Amino acid sequence: MSWTDENKENGKNLLEQPALRAVDATDQEFEATLKDFRTSVHAWSDAEFHRPRTVKVEIRRRTWRLAAGWALGCVLAAGGVSGGLLEQHHQREVVRIAVEQKAAAERKQLQEQEARAKVSDEVLLAGVDSDVSRDVPSAMEPLAQLMVDDGTK
Amino acid sequence: MAAGTAVKAIDMATAEEFAADEFSRVVERHRPQIFRFLLSSTRDLDLAETLTQECFLKAHRNWGSFRGESSAMTWLMRIAINLQKDHWRNRRMQFWKTTRTNSVDLDEASEWLPSGESSVEQQLLARERVKQVWQSVKGLSERQRTVFLLRYVEEQELSEIAEATALSEGTVKAHLSRAVARVRLELGGKR
Repeated sequence: MSWTDENKENGKNLLEQPALRAVDATDQEFEATLKDFRTSVHAWSDAEFHRPRTVKVEIRRRTWRLAAGWALGCVLAAGGVSGGLLEQHHQREVVRIAVEQKAAAERKQLQEQEARAKVSDEVLLAGVDSDVSRDVPSAMEPLAQLMVDDGTK
Repeated sequence: MAAGTAVKAIDMATAEEFAADEFSRVVERHRPQIFRFLLSSTRDLDLAETLTQECFLKAHRNWGSFRGESSAMTWLMRIAINLQKDHWRNRRMQFWKTTRTNSVDLDEASEWLPSGESSVEQQLLARERVKQVWQSVKGLSERQRTVFLLRYVEEQELSEIAEATALSEGTVKAHLSRAVARVRLELGGKR
């Protein structure tokens, strides 16, 4: 049978075919119910098939896409802002650490200078003391000189 | 030689046009029936429309390989059944989608009963019974439901159903018998 052939069974009640009675319902009420069911499905399908198509699904998809786009945009914006803030904070931290390190180095240098200066002062004073003690004559020197002079006399 | 090539090209163009015309006629003739089957199987308008589109898209792609061994309707129905199977299989895999369904409520599906010349009481009774059939069909296995709908909604022969579902006639009979028995039992039980 080629596809161009019309469906032979269109409009024909298959329940009336004797060969199929073994598997088909025999009860009249049941047959009527099945017929109603078929009619109902056909009517529903015909109505839906010829219903003017709306863009309801498309709108829903668009809405969904729009919402998803907004959500994604918000996430990206929040990510960008938080990333920027994080980067800024990181840079501040780096600068702060660098400043602290520099200050510490300066403090250390100053302390070393102070220490060096203190040491040099002490050395200088010690030098001065020793020089003074060498230059100034002993306190008993004049008396000793006198005694020597008397004995010789 | 050149003239021969030109004739061949014209023949091919004509053949393509003819095939396109044939396919258009097939779509026009069988689209409502394929849609109806998919609608009754899924009770989901959007899904039925989508699967119908996919069915004819697939048919168009494979139209060249259709050799007419079965009727175009049977061939299309086989594609539709496979698409529907694939859909449910994929849906089962995507477990988060199982919570969301667009299936039409059984009450709504049962509303479509032409009033005819029957009384209001008879109409209400008929509507109630149709609803019970829908309820029973919902409880059938996928294969039983397909066979049942092809038989009692699409009014197909057992041999056609066997071809469309790629089952033997005996298996189709067995499925149909079980489906009918279950529907009858549920209708009887609720009567």
